[in-house]
Amino acid sequence: MVPAAATAASLNCALFHRQGGLNRATRGLQWTKKQQCTRKPGPAIITAKFELKPPPYPLNALEPHMSKDTLEYHWGKHHRAYVDNLNKQIVGTELDSMPLEDVVIVTYNKGDMLPAFNNAAQAWNHEFFWGCMKPGGGGKPSGELLQLIERDFGSFEKFVEEFKSAAATQFGSGWAWLVYKANRLDVENAVNPRPLEEDKKLVVVKSSNAVNPLVWDYSPLLTIDVWEHAYYLDFQNRRPDYISTFMEKLVSWEAASARLEVAKAQAAEREKEQRKRDEAEDIQGSEAVEMYVDGETEDSGAD
Amino acid sequence: MALRSLVTRKNLPSAFKAATGLGQLRGLQTFSLPDLPYDYGALEPAISGEIMQLHHQKHHQTYITNYNKALEQLNDAIEKGDSAAVVKLQSAIKFNGGGHVNHSIFWKNLAPVREGGGELPHGSLGWAIDADFGSLEKLIQLMNAEGAALQGSGWVWLALDKELKKLVVETTANQDPLVTKGPTLVPLLGIDVWEHAYYLQYKNVRPDYLKNIWKVMNWKYASEVYAKECPSS
Repeated sequence: MVPAAATAASLNCALFHRQGGLNRATRGLQWTKKQQCTRKPGPAIITAKFELKPPPYPLNALEPHMSKDTLEYHWGKHHRAYVDNLNKQIVGTELDSMPLEDVVIVTYNKGDMLPAFNNAAQAWNHEFFWGCMKPGGGGKPSGELLQLIERDFGSFEKFVEEFKSAAATQFGSGWAWLVYKANRLDVENAVNPRPLEEDKKLVVVKSSNAVNPLVWDYSPLLTIDVWEHAYYLDFQNRRPDYISTFMEKLVSWEAASARLEVAKAQAAEREKEQRKRDEAEDIQGSEAVEMYVDGETEDSGAD
Repeated sequence: MALRSLVTRKNLPSAFKAATGLGQLRGLQTFSLPDLPYDYGALEPAISGEIMQLHHQKHHQTYITNYNKALEQLNDAIEKGDSAAVVKLQSAIKFNGGGHVNHSIFWKNLAPVREGGGELPHGSLGWAIDADFGSLEKLIQLMNAEGAALQGSGWVWLALDKELKKLVVETTANQDPLVTKGPTLVPLLGIDVWEHAYYLQYKNVRPDYLKNIWKVMNWKYASEVYAKECPSS
């Protein structure tokens, strides 16, 4: 997202104090302050607007597995409303000039969600979801993605079973995900950016309503929308049939593989940054010791 | 069509009771789908017959089937003293038992127009609405606003707080029954805002569904429940 016009003095709320910039490769984030986000009176200066991008295929291209009707409502009404409402919510605030992923993380606010979270996360989720499907989809992944799936799930079939089960048992509205995890801990509210090799793996997770695994510091590779609006026109209550059709006829493994590459590169970048920070700390530490020793020498000289 | 809730008693064989050596074993009650007090098409055009049939025969039935299964598993876990399993089953019971509780109320909350659906509340409930919300219009406005704003799946309720003797509007997420919002809350009317309740007819326009459902709202039922909890002297 590129800001259309960056106005110099348009920051009228300081949401947080940033350390090292907000991007996923350097996740040394410190939120020290949270202030009320206020809007200046007068006409809003629109610095950036999220766009509703169309899916990477025509709306009828997934027939008969996902109908044109479904795409018209799901993308044309639901997704569009999330984007439009998000833009209205963040115009004139600092969120306005941030990439969508960053808006999601910030408004998630460690579980104490800010009002814009629902629209931001759903806007992100749906754009991601369209990219997870393609006409003539299905089949099996190949290359490194297949290798990792076989390593972390035992077999492709076992992965499919686990993914389908997660999607079927997500109660109420939500999503099921295949993610690349590059942190140590499994608890939702813990973040540790220093994994060992064996901590980096593929995992299936599910989330409710608008929540997505970005907020848990995972890298999503694949998702299926299990809100009822995603399947009701085509499958009514038969969610398991929808899930099977998605896996057999719609899923784009190319897209998932591409995301795996990006995820691994980001994890490597983050580790590099972390190593640099560790080295800088070590140097600081040894300097302090030097200073102490100098002081002692001077004192003994005065005797 | 008479409304009846079929309940059957399934007692475990006495040999099993003896074998486990546990004290008193409960007989396991299973639940089944209550009949609708009206035909599937009787609420049209407010709610389509297609939706009513799917909602009743598929969604509510599935909650009941899974509720029964969870209860059976819970019974086993209790008998074995398997606490981890007992705790693990709580969410399945909440989802599916809650789904059964909520939908059983919902069918009674609705009535065809020719049987009084949409007829405004009179008597003590009518006065209480005016006292606690200002007017019926304001109550409807409030419930529609809360129902439309609910993110994801859930319910919006008109409830009586029987301790405070006051009417309140509440929302619950997923299939959480109203009582999870307060032990003194009695449901008078509930509106299902899960997408399955309206999608085939109203698509993404939940506010239109909310506007129209009042045309088949069974205020008589709500008034009866209210009068029972708050008998006028």
